[in-house]
Amino acid sequence: MKAARYIEVGQMDELGRLDTPLHRLDARVKMAAVVLFVVTVMSFPRYEISGLMPLFLFPFVLMGSGKIPFGAIFKKVALALPFALFVGLFNPLLDRTPVLTLGPWTISGGWLSFFSILLRFTLTVSAALILLACTGIYRLCAGLERLGVPPLFATQLLFLYRYLFVIGGEALRMIRSVRMRSAGSKKLSLRIYSTLTGHLLLRSIDRAQRIYRAMVSRGFDGQIRVLHRTRPGWRDLLFLIGWSAFFILVRFYNPAVALGGWLTGEH
Amino acid sequence: MRTPTLEIKNLGFCYPDGTEALYGISCRIEYGEAIGLIGGNGAGKSTLLQHLNGCLMPSEGMVLFGGTPITRETLAEVRRAVGVVFQDPDDQLFMSTVFDDVAFGPLNQGLPSAEVAARVYGALERVGMRHLSERPPYKLSGGEKRAVAIATILAVSPDIIVLDEPSSNLDPRGRRRLINLLRGFEQTRIIATHDLELVVEVCQRVIVLDNGRIVAEGPVREILDNEELMLAHGLERPHILRHQHPH
Repeated sequence: MKAARYIEVGQMDELGRLDTPLHRLDARVKMAAVVLFVVTVMSFPRYEISGLMPLFLFPFVLMGSGKIPFGAIFKKVALALPFALFVGLFNPLLDRTPVLTLGPWTISGGWLSFFSILLRFTLTVSAALILLACTGIYRLCAGLERLGVPPLFATQLLFLYRYLFVIGGEALRMIRSVRMRSAGSKKLSLRIYSTLTGHLLLRSIDRAQRIYRAMVSRGFDGQIRVLHRTRPGWRDLLFLIGWSAFFILVRFYNPAVALGGWLTGEH
Repeated sequence: MRTPTLEIKNLGFCYPDGTEALYGISCRIEYGEAIGLIGGNGAGKSTLLQHLNGCLMPSEGMVLFGGTPITRETLAEVRRAVGVVFQDPDDQLFMSTVFDDVAFGPLNQGLPSAEVAARVYGALERVGMRHLSERPPYKLSGGEKRAVAIATILAVSPDIIVLDEPSSNLDPRGRRRLINLLRGFEQTRIIATHDLELVVEVCQRVIVLDNGRIVAEGPVREILDNEELMLAHGLERPHILRHQHPH
Protein backbone atom coordinates (compact mmCIF):
# COMPACT_ATOMS: atom_id res chain seq x y z
CA MET A 1 0.00 0.00 0.00
CA LYS A 2 1.60 3.16 -1.23
CA ALA A 3 -0.44 5.44 0.98
CA ALA A 4 0.78 3.62 4.03
CA ARG A 5 4.37 4.14 3.09
CA TYR A 6 3.78 7.79 2.37
CA ILE A 7 2.54 8.67 5.80
CA GLU A 8 4.99 6.16 7.27
CA VAL A 9 2.20 4.43 9.05
CA GLY A 10 3.71 1.97 11.37
CA GLN A 11 7.33 3.00 11.20
CA MET A 12 7.13 3.99 14.86
CA ASP A 13 5.10 0.83 15.51
CA GLU A 14 7.75 -1.28 13.88
CA LEU A 15 10.48 0.38 15.91
CA GLY A 16 8.34 -0.06 19.01
CA ARG A 17 8.34 -3.81 18.46
CA LEU A 18 12.12 -4.19 18.40
CA ASP A 19 13.57 -6.23 21.18
CA THR A 20 16.51 -4.37 22.72
CA PRO A 21 17.42 -3.86 26.38
CA LEU A 22 15.94 -0.37 26.04
CA HIS A 23 12.64 -1.73 24.71
CA ARG A 24 12.48 -4.22 27.54
CA LEU A 25 12.64 -1.51 30.19
CA ASP A 26 9.40 -0.73 31.98
CA ALA A 27 7.39 1.88 30.09
CA ARG A 28 6.82 3.89 33.25
CA VAL A 29 10.53 4.17 33.97
CA LYS A 30 11.21 5.43 30.46
CA MET A 31 8.37 7.91 30.72
CA ALA A 32 9.67 9.19 34.04
CA ALA A 33 13.17 9.62 32.58
CA VAL A 34 11.83 11.54 29.60
CA VAL A 35 9.69 13.78 31.80
CA LEU A 36 12.71 14.53 34.00
CA PHE A 37 14.70 15.24 30.86
CA VAL A 38 12.09 17.70 29.58
CA VAL A 39 11.93 19.43 32.97
CA THR A 40 15.72 19.73 33.02
CA VAL A 41 15.81 21.18 29.50
CA MET A 42 13.10 23.69 30.32
CA SER A 43 14.66 24.77 33.60
CA PHE A 44 17.69 26.38 31.97
CA PRO A 45 17.73 30.20 31.75
CA ARG A 46 16.53 31.71 28.49
CA TYR A 47 19.91 32.59 26.98
CA GLU A 48 21.44 29.21 27.71
CA ILE A 49 23.07 27.40 24.82
CA SER A 50 26.29 25.73 25.90
CA GLY A 51 24.69 24.26 29.02
CA LEU A 52 22.12 22.46 26.88
CA MET A 53 24.72 20.74 24.73
CA PRO A 54 25.60 17.85 27.07
CA LEU A 55 21.91 16.95 27.18
CA PHE A 56 22.13 15.73 23.57
CA LEU A 57 23.83 12.71 25.07
CA PHE A 58 20.40 11.44 26.26
CA PRO A 59 18.66 11.15 22.86
CA PHE A 60 21.78 9.84 21.17
CA VAL A 61 22.48 7.16 23.78
CA LEU A 62 18.83 6.06 23.65
CA MET A 63 18.84 5.92 19.85
CA GLY A 64 22.04 3.90 19.95
CA SER A 65 20.90 1.43 22.57
CA GLY A 66 17.38 1.14 21.14
CA LYS A 67 18.61 0.59 17.55
CA ILE A 68 16.47 3.53 16.45
CA PRO A 69 17.72 5.02 13.19
CA PHE A 70 18.67 8.68 13.44
CA GLY A 71 16.76 9.50 10.24
CA ALA A 72 13.46 8.21 11.61
CA ILE A 73 13.58 10.68 14.49
CA PHE A 74 15.27 13.53 12.65
CA LYS A 75 12.69 13.63 9.85
CA LYS A 76 9.83 13.91 12.29
CA VAL A 77 11.59 16.60 14.34
CA ALA A 78 12.20 18.55 11.12
CA LEU A 79 8.54 18.20 10.25
CA ALA A 80 7.51 19.94 13.46
CA LEU A 81 10.36 22.48 13.44
CA PRO A 82 8.33 25.28 11.79
CA PHE A 83 6.25 25.52 14.96
CA ALA A 84 9.35 26.24 17.02
CA LEU A 85 10.54 28.72 14.40
CA PHE A 86 7.30 30.65 14.74
CA VAL A 87 7.47 30.60 18.51
CA GLY A 88 10.95 32.10 18.49
CA LEU A 89 10.60 34.26 15.39
CA PHE A 90 10.12 37.59 17.12
CA ASN A 91 12.75 37.18 19.80
CA PRO A 92 15.61 38.62 17.67
CA LEU A 93 13.43 41.62 16.78
CA LEU A 94 12.09 42.34 20.23
CA ASP A 95 15.13 41.63 22.37
CA ARG A 96 18.10 43.61 20.99
CA THR A 97 20.17 43.78 24.16
CA PRO A 98 23.70 42.89 23.15
CA VAL A 99 24.88 40.06 25.32
CA LEU A 100 27.83 38.61 23.49
CA THR A 101 30.57 39.93 21.24
CA LEU A 102 32.31 37.58 18.86
CA GLY A 103 35.00 39.63 17.09
CA PRO A 104 33.21 42.19 14.92
CA TRP A 105 29.74 40.70 15.57
CA THR A 106 27.54 41.57 18.45
CA ILE A 107 24.94 38.96 19.24
CA SER A 108 21.73 40.19 20.79
CA GLY A 109 19.84 38.40 23.52
CA GLY A 110 17.02 37.81 21.06
CA TRP A 111 19.16 35.66 18.80
CA LEU A 112 20.52 33.71 21.74
CA SER A 113 17.07 32.97 23.10
CA PHE A 114 15.90 32.09 19.58
CA PHE A 115 18.61 29.46 19.21
CA SER A 116 17.98 28.32 22.73
CA ILE A 117 14.32 27.72 21.85
CA LEU A 118 15.32 25.70 18.78
CA LEU A 119 17.71 23.60 20.84
CA ARG A 120 15.15 22.94 23.54
CA PHE A 121 12.58 22.06 20.94
CA THR A 122 14.90 19.59 19.23
CA LEU A 123 15.86 18.01 22.53
CA THR A 124 12.37 17.60 23.94
CA VAL A 125 10.60 16.55 20.75
CA SER A 126 13.27 14.02 19.85
CA ALA A 127 13.11 12.61 23.38
CA ALA A 128 9.34 12.20 23.13
CA LEU A 129 9.64 10.53 19.72
CA ILE A 130 12.34 8.21 20.97
CA LEU A 131 10.15 7.30 23.93
CA LEU A 132 7.42 6.32 21.49
CA ALA A 133 9.86 4.46 19.23
CA CYS A 134 11.35 2.44 22.06
CA THR A 135 8.07 1.61 23.79
CA GLY A 136 5.26 1.49 21.23
CA ILE A 137 2.02 3.41 21.67
CA TYR A 138 0.10 0.54 23.19
CA ARG A 139 2.57 -0.19 25.98
CA LEU A 140 2.99 3.53 26.47
CA CYS A 141 -0.72 4.05 27.04
CA ALA A 142 -0.91 0.96 29.23
CA GLY A 143 2.00 2.40 31.21
CA LEU A 144 0.19 5.71 31.58
CA GLU A 145 -2.80 3.88 32.97
CA ARG A 146 -0.66 2.05 35.44
CA LEU A 147 0.87 5.35 36.50
CA GLY A 148 -2.60 6.41 37.56
CA VAL A 149 -3.65 8.42 34.51
CA PRO A 150 -7.44 7.97 34.18
CA PRO A 151 -8.20 5.23 31.59
CA LEU A 152 -10.31 7.74 29.67
CA PHE A 153 -7.26 9.88 28.91
CA ALA A 154 -4.98 6.96 28.11
CA THR A 155 -7.59 5.58 25.72
CA GLN A 156 -8.03 8.99 24.13
CA LEU A 157 -4.32 9.14 23.45
CA LEU A 158 -4.36 5.64 21.98
CA PHE A 159 -7.26 6.47 19.66
CA LEU A 160 -5.76 9.80 18.69
CA TYR A 161 -2.68 7.96 17.50
CA ARG A 162 -4.59 5.13 15.77
CA TYR A 163 -7.02 7.43 13.98
CA LEU A 164 -4.24 9.73 12.85
CA PHE A 165 -3.22 7.05 10.38
CA VAL A 166 -6.81 6.26 9.51
CA ILE A 167 -7.50 9.89 8.64
CA GLY A 168 -4.20 10.20 6.79
CA GLY A 169 -4.99 7.18 4.63
CA GLU A 170 -8.52 8.42 4.02
CA ALA A 171 -7.22 11.85 2.96
CA LEU A 172 -4.70 10.32 0.57
CA ARG A 173 -7.34 8.23 -1.14
CA MET A 174 -9.59 11.25 -1.57
CA ILE A 175 -6.83 13.41 -2.98
CA ARG A 176 -5.88 10.64 -5.38
CA SER A 177 -9.42 10.38 -6.69
CA VAL A 178 -9.63 14.15 -7.12
CA ARG A 179 -6.30 14.18 -8.98
CA MET A 180 -7.51 11.44 -11.31
CA ARG A 181 -10.49 13.49 -12.34
CA SER A 182 -8.99 16.97 -12.39
CA ALA A 183 -7.66 16.67 -15.94
CA GLY A 184 -4.01 17.13 -15.08
CA SER A 185 -4.35 20.42 -13.25
CA LYS A 186 -2.36 20.35 -10.05
CA LYS A 187 -4.23 23.11 -8.31
CA LEU A 188 -7.35 22.43 -6.35
CA SER A 189 -9.80 25.24 -5.93
CA LEU A 190 -10.71 26.41 -2.49
CA ARG A 191 -14.24 25.17 -3.01
CA ILE A 192 -13.06 21.64 -3.68
CA TYR A 193 -10.79 21.80 -0.66
CA SER A 194 -13.63 22.79 1.60
CA THR A 195 -15.82 19.95 0.34
CA LEU A 196 -12.91 17.54 0.71
CA THR A 197 -12.24 18.48 4.32
CA GLY A 198 -15.92 18.22 5.15
CA HIS A 199 -16.08 14.79 3.58
CA LEU A 200 -12.89 13.77 5.27
CA LEU A 201 -14.39 14.59 8.64
CA LEU A 202 -17.56 12.61 7.92
CA ARG A 203 -15.68 9.64 6.51
CA SER A 204 -13.26 9.56 9.44
CA ILE A 205 -16.13 9.66 11.90
CA ASP A 206 -17.75 6.73 10.09
CA ARG A 207 -14.57 4.77 10.00
CA ALA A 208 -13.68 5.57 13.57
CA GLN A 209 -17.10 4.31 14.54
CA ARG A 210 -16.57 1.05 12.67
CA ILE A 211 -13.20 0.51 14.29
CA TYR A 212 -14.68 1.29 17.68
CA ARG A 213 -17.48 -1.19 17.03
CA ALA A 214 -14.94 -3.83 16.11
CA MET A 215 -13.19 -3.12 19.40
CA VAL A 216 -16.28 -3.31 21.60
CA SER A 217 -17.37 -6.41 19.70
CA ARG A 218 -14.26 -8.04 21.09
CA GLY A 219 -14.95 -6.98 24.61
CA PHE A 220 -13.12 -3.65 24.82
CA ASP A 221 -14.38 -1.85 27.90
CA GLY A 222 -12.08 1.14 28.03
CA GLN A 223 -9.26 -0.52 29.87
CA ILE A 224 -6.03 -1.11 27.99
CA ARG A 225 -4.58 -4.54 28.60
CA VAL A 226 -1.18 -5.86 27.62
CA LEU A 227 0.09 -9.40 27.47
CA HIS A 228 3.41 -9.03 29.19
CA ARG A 229 3.13 -6.80 32.19
CA THR A 230 6.60 -5.76 33.14
CA ARG A 231 7.56 -5.44 36.73
CA PRO A 232 10.28 -2.84 37.30
CA GLY A 233 13.57 -4.53 38.23
CA TRP A 234 17.02 -3.30 39.17
CA ARG A 235 17.78 -2.49 35.53
CA ASP A 236 14.87 -0.08 35.38
CA LEU A 237 15.90 1.50 38.65
CA LEU A 238 19.48 1.87 37.43
CA PHE A 239 18.26 3.47 34.19
CA LEU A 240 16.19 6.03 36.04
CA ILE A 241 18.74 6.82 38.76
CA GLY A 242 21.60 7.00 36.25
CA TRP A 243 19.89 9.46 33.96
CA SER A 244 18.45 11.53 36.80
CA ALA A 245 21.94 11.92 38.24
CA PHE A 246 23.21 12.94 34.81
CA PHE A 247 20.45 15.54 34.38
CA ILE A 248 21.12 17.05 37.81
CA LEU A 249 24.86 17.14 37.15
CA VAL A 250 24.41 18.86 33.79
CA ARG A 251 21.90 21.31 35.21
CA PHE A 252 24.15 22.61 37.95
CA TYR A 253 27.56 22.14 36.43
CA ASN A 254 28.34 23.27 32.90
CA PRO A 255 31.10 21.08 31.50
CA ALA A 256 31.73 23.48 28.59
CA VAL A 257 32.38 26.38 30.93
CA ALA A 258 34.46 24.19 33.20
CA LEU A 259 36.53 22.98 30.28
CA GLY A 260 37.03 26.54 29.07
CA GLY A 261 37.98 27.62 32.54
CA TRP A 262 40.42 24.78 32.89
CA LEU A 263 42.03 25.53 29.50
CA THR A 264 42.43 29.23 30.17
CA GLY A 265 43.39 28.76 33.78
CA GLU A 266 40.57 30.94 35.07
CA HIS A 267 38.08 29.93 37.65
CA MET B 1 -25.48 -23.82 30.52
CA ARG B 2 -28.09 -22.28 28.31
CA THR B 3 -28.32 -23.17 24.66
CA PRO B 4 -26.99 -20.39 22.47
CA THR B 5 -30.11 -19.95 20.36
CA LEU B 6 -30.71 -16.65 18.65
CA GLU B 7 -34.23 -15.42 18.33
CA ILE B 8 -35.39 -12.26 16.62
CA LYS B 9 -38.90 -11.14 17.50
CA ASN B 10 -40.70 -8.56 15.42
CA LEU B 11 -37.57 -6.44 15.07
CA GLY B 12 -37.92 -2.96 13.63
CA PHE B 13 -35.21 -0.39 13.29
CA CYS B 14 -35.20 3.23 12.31
CA TYR B 15 -31.95 5.20 11.91
CA PRO B 16 -31.71 8.45 13.89
CA ASP B 17 -32.08 10.45 10.66
CA GLY B 18 -35.52 8.88 10.13
CA THR B 19 -34.56 6.25 7.56
CA GLU B 20 -36.48 3.10 8.30
CA ALA B 21 -34.26 0.12 7.73
CA LEU B 22 -35.98 -2.95 9.15
CA TYR B 23 -39.59 -3.91 9.72
CA GLY B 24 -41.11 -6.83 11.56
CA ILE B 25 -38.16 -9.20 11.31
CA SER B 26 -38.77 -12.49 13.10
CA CYS B 27 -36.72 -15.65 12.95
CA ARG B 28 -35.09 -18.27 15.11
CA ILE B 29 -31.58 -19.62 14.64
CA GLU B 30 -30.51 -22.81 16.40
CA TYR B 31 -26.98 -23.58 17.57
CA GLY B 32 -24.73 -24.97 14.84
CA GLU B 33 -26.82 -23.77 11.92
CA ALA B 34 -25.26 -21.99 8.95
CA ILE B 35 -27.59 -19.27 7.76
CA GLY B 36 -27.22 -17.27 4.58
CA LEU B 37 -28.60 -13.75 4.75
CA ILE B 38 -29.10 -12.51 1.22
CA GLY B 39 -30.68 -9.56 -0.50
CA GLY B 40 -29.80 -6.68 -2.78
CA ASN B 41 -27.82 -3.60 -1.78
CA GLY B 42 -29.63 -1.62 0.87
CA ALA B 43 -31.95 -4.50 1.76
CA GLY B 44 -30.95 -4.20 5.43
CA LYS B 45 -28.48 -7.07 5.80
CA SER B 46 -25.74 -5.11 7.55
CA THR B 47 -28.25 -3.28 9.72
CA LEU B 48 -29.72 -6.60 10.83
CA LEU B 49 -26.27 -8.03 11.57
CA GLN B 50 -25.46 -5.09 13.79
CA HIS B 51 -28.40 -5.96 15.99
CA LEU B 52 -27.07 -9.43 16.64
CA ASN B 53 -24.38 -8.28 19.05
CA GLY B 54 -25.95 -5.08 20.21
CA CYS B 55 -24.00 -2.61 18.08
CA LEU B 56 -27.44 -1.29 17.22
CA MET B 57 -30.44 -1.55 19.50
CA PRO B 58 -33.87 -2.25 17.99
CA SER B 59 -36.42 0.55 17.79
CA GLU B 60 -39.12 -2.08 18.03
CA GLY B 61 -39.25 -5.74 19.03
CA MET B 62 -36.21 -7.52 20.43
CA VAL B 63 -33.34 -9.89 19.84
CA LEU B 64 -33.03 -12.74 22.31
CA PHE B 65 -29.85 -14.62 22.91
CA GLY B 66 -30.28 -17.90 24.76
CA GLY B 67 -33.73 -16.76 25.80
CA THR B 68 -32.70 -13.39 27.29
CA PRO B 69 -33.21 -10.14 25.42
CA ILE B 70 -30.11 -8.18 24.41
CA THR B 71 -30.07 -5.07 26.59
CA ARG B 72 -27.36 -2.80 27.94
CA GLU B 73 -27.05 -5.11 30.95
CA THR B 74 -26.54 -8.30 28.96
CA LEU B 75 -24.37 -6.66 26.30
CA ALA B 76 -21.02 -7.83 27.68
CA GLU B 77 -22.16 -11.44 27.81
CA VAL B 78 -23.70 -11.30 24.34
CA ARG B 79 -20.58 -9.82 22.81
CA ARG B 80 -18.51 -12.61 24.29
CA ALA B 81 -20.79 -15.15 22.67
CA VAL B 82 -21.46 -13.46 19.32
CA GLY B 83 -18.38 -12.68 17.25
CA VAL B 84 -18.73 -10.32 14.30
CA VAL B 85 -16.36 -10.38 11.35
CA PHE B 86 -16.68 -6.96 9.73
CA GLN B 87 -16.91 -6.34 6.02
CA ASP B 88 -13.65 -4.43 5.82
CA PRO B 89 -10.84 -6.27 7.62
CA ASP B 90 -9.02 -2.95 7.98
CA ASP B 91 -11.69 -1.90 10.46
CA GLN B 92 -11.10 -5.01 12.47
CA LEU B 93 -7.32 -5.05 12.54
CA PHE B 94 -6.06 -2.09 14.47
CA MET B 95 -3.14 -3.32 16.54
CA SER B 96 0.49 -3.26 15.50
CA THR B 97 0.93 -7.01 14.97
CA VAL B 98 -1.28 -9.90 13.96
CA PHE B 99 -0.57 -11.52 17.31
CA ASP B 100 -1.67 -8.45 19.27
CA ASP B 101 -4.77 -8.15 17.15
CA VAL B 102 -5.85 -11.72 17.77
CA ALA B 103 -4.89 -11.38 21.44
CA PHE B 104 -7.06 -8.28 21.86
CA GLY B 105 -10.29 -10.19 22.50
CA PRO B 106 -8.90 -12.82 24.89
CA LEU B 107 -7.03 -10.11 26.84
CA ASN B 108 -10.26 -8.16 27.26
CA GLN B 109 -11.81 -11.31 28.65
CA GLY B 110 -9.15 -11.18 31.33
CA LEU B 111 -7.58 -14.54 30.54
CA PRO B 112 -4.09 -15.36 31.92
CA SER B 113 -1.14 -14.79 29.52
CA ALA B 114 -0.50 -18.47 28.83
CA GLU B 115 -4.13 -19.02 27.92
CA VAL B 116 -4.14 -15.90 25.73
CA ALA B 117 -1.12 -17.11 23.79
CA ALA B 118 -2.65 -20.57 23.39
CA ARG B 119 -5.89 -19.06 22.09
CA VAL B 120 -4.05 -16.78 19.67
CA TYR B 121 -1.92 -19.55 18.19
CA GLY B 122 -4.89 -21.92 18.10
CA ALA B 123 -7.03 -19.42 16.19
CA LEU B 124 -4.24 -18.52 13.77
CA GLU B 125 -3.52 -22.21 13.23
CA ARG B 126 -7.18 -22.81 12.43
CA VAL B 127 -7.17 -20.20 9.65
CA GLY B 128 -3.70 -21.26 8.47
CA MET B 129 -2.01 -17.97 9.32
CA ARG B 130 0.22 -18.85 12.24
CA HIS B 131 3.35 -17.94 10.29
CA LEU B 132 2.15 -14.33 10.09
CA SER B 133 1.80 -13.76 13.82
CA GLU B 134 4.58 -11.19 14.09
CA ARG B 135 3.68 -9.26 10.94
CA PRO B 136 1.92 -5.89 11.01
CA PRO B 137 -1.66 -6.40 9.72
CA TYR B 138 -1.59 -3.56 7.20
CA LYS B 139 1.17 -5.35 5.29
CA LEU B 140 -0.90 -8.49 4.67
CA SER B 141 -2.72 -9.33 1.46
CA GLY B 142 -6.51 -9.10 1.27
CA GLY B 143 -6.99 -12.83 1.78
CA GLU B 144 -4.58 -12.95 4.70
CA LYS B 145 -6.29 -9.97 6.32
CA ARG B 146 -9.67 -11.68 6.05
CA ALA B 147 -8.31 -14.90 7.54
CA VAL B 148 -6.72 -12.98 10.42
CA ALA B 149 -9.94 -11.04 10.98
CA ILE B 150 -11.73 -14.38 11.33
CA ALA B 151 -9.01 -15.56 13.72
CA THR B 152 -9.56 -12.50 15.93
CA ILE B 153 -13.12 -13.71 16.37
CA LEU B 154 -12.25 -17.39 16.81
CA ALA B 155 -9.86 -16.45 19.62
CA VAL B 156 -12.74 -15.33 21.82
CA SER B 157 -14.40 -18.72 21.09
CA PRO B 158 -17.89 -17.41 20.36
CA ASP B 159 -20.98 -19.58 20.00
CA ILE B 160 -22.17 -17.57 17.04
CA ILE B 161 -20.03 -16.17 14.25
CA VAL B 162 -21.54 -13.37 12.21
CA LEU B 163 -19.83 -12.54 8.92
CA ASP B 164 -20.56 -9.54 6.72
CA GLU B 165 -19.58 -10.16 3.09
CA PRO B 166 -16.78 -12.60 3.96
CA SER B 167 -15.85 -13.41 0.36
CA SER B 168 -15.68 -9.86 -0.99
CA ASN B 169 -12.31 -8.88 -2.46
CA LEU B 170 -10.96 -12.42 -2.21
CA ASP B 171 -9.22 -14.18 -5.07
CA PRO B 172 -10.59 -17.62 -6.05
CA ARG B 173 -8.09 -19.49 -3.90
CA GLY B 174 -8.73 -17.28 -0.89
CA ARG B 175 -12.44 -17.72 -1.40
CA ARG B 176 -12.10 -21.49 -1.63
CA ARG B 177 -10.09 -21.54 1.58
CA LEU B 178 -12.74 -19.40 3.27
CA ILE B 179 -15.51 -21.76 2.16
CA ASN B 180 -13.68 -24.79 3.52
CA LEU B 181 -13.01 -22.95 6.74
CA LEU B 182 -16.65 -21.92 7.16
CA ARG B 183 -17.85 -25.43 6.43
CA GLY B 184 -15.58 -26.76 9.13
CA PHE B 185 -16.93 -24.56 11.94
CA GLU B 186 -19.22 -26.16 14.45
CA GLN B 187 -20.54 -22.81 15.75
CA THR B 188 -23.60 -21.05 14.43
CA ARG B 189 -22.69 -19.05 11.33
CA ILE B 190 -24.72 -16.15 10.03
CA ILE B 191 -23.37 -14.99 6.70
CA ALA B 192 -24.59 -11.88 4.92
CA THR B 193 -23.39 -12.03 1.35
CA HIS B 194 -24.02 -11.50 -2.35
CA ASP B 195 -21.96 -14.60 -3.07
CA LEU B 196 -24.84 -17.01 -3.62
CA GLU B 197 -22.58 -19.87 -4.62
CA LEU B 198 -20.89 -19.61 -1.26
CA VAL B 199 -24.31 -19.79 0.38
CA VAL B 200 -25.08 -22.98 -1.55
CA GLU B 201 -21.82 -24.55 -0.42
CA VAL B 202 -21.82 -23.45 3.21
CA CYS B 203 -25.36 -22.84 4.44
CA GLN B 204 -28.36 -25.04 5.12
CA ARG B 205 -30.91 -22.30 5.46
CA VAL B 206 -31.32 -18.94 3.81
CA ILE B 207 -33.15 -15.74 4.67
CA VAL B 208 -33.98 -13.31 1.86
CA LEU B 209 -34.29 -9.65 2.79
CA ASP B 210 -35.74 -6.93 0.62
CA ASN B 211 -36.52 -3.38 1.70
CA GLY B 212 -36.00 -4.23 5.34
CA ARG B 213 -38.40 -7.17 5.38
CA ILE B 214 -37.95 -10.92 5.29
CA VAL B 215 -39.47 -11.95 1.96
CA ALA B 216 -38.51 -15.61 1.99
CA GLU B 217 -36.94 -18.12 4.31
CA GLY B 218 -36.18 -21.80 3.91
CA PRO B 219 -33.73 -24.49 2.79
CA VAL B 220 -30.98 -23.10 0.56
CA ARG B 221 -31.65 -25.15 -2.56
CA GLU B 222 -35.38 -24.63 -2.44
CA ILE B 223 -35.16 -20.84 -2.18
CA LEU B 224 -32.20 -20.18 -4.45
CA ASP B 225 -33.54 -22.46 -7.15
CA ASN B 226 -36.72 -20.37 -7.36
CA GLU B 227 -35.75 -18.17 -10.27
CA GLU B 228 -38.85 -16.00 -10.07
CA LEU B 229 -38.31 -15.20 -6.39
CA MET B 230 -34.64 -14.51 -6.90
CA LEU B 231 -35.16 -12.10 -9.79
CA ALA B 232 -37.96 -10.31 -7.99
CA HIS B 233 -35.59 -9.30 -5.20
CA GLY B 234 -32.56 -8.22 -7.16
CA LEU B 235 -30.85 -11.61 -6.98
CA GLU B 236 -30.34 -14.48 -9.41
CA ARG B 237 -30.43 -18.22 -9.45
CA PRO B 238 -26.84 -19.27 -8.75
CA HIS B 239 -24.91 -20.90 -11.52
CA ILE B 240 -23.99 -23.85 -9.35
CA LEU B 241 -27.65 -24.93 -9.18
CA ARG B 242 -28.11 -24.83 -12.95
CA HIS B 243 -25.80 -27.78 -13.39
CA GLN B 244 -26.57 -31.31 -12.34
CA HIS B 245 -22.96 -31.92 -11.44
CA PRO B 246 -20.80 -29.64 -9.29
CA HIS B 247 -17.70 -28.29 -10.97
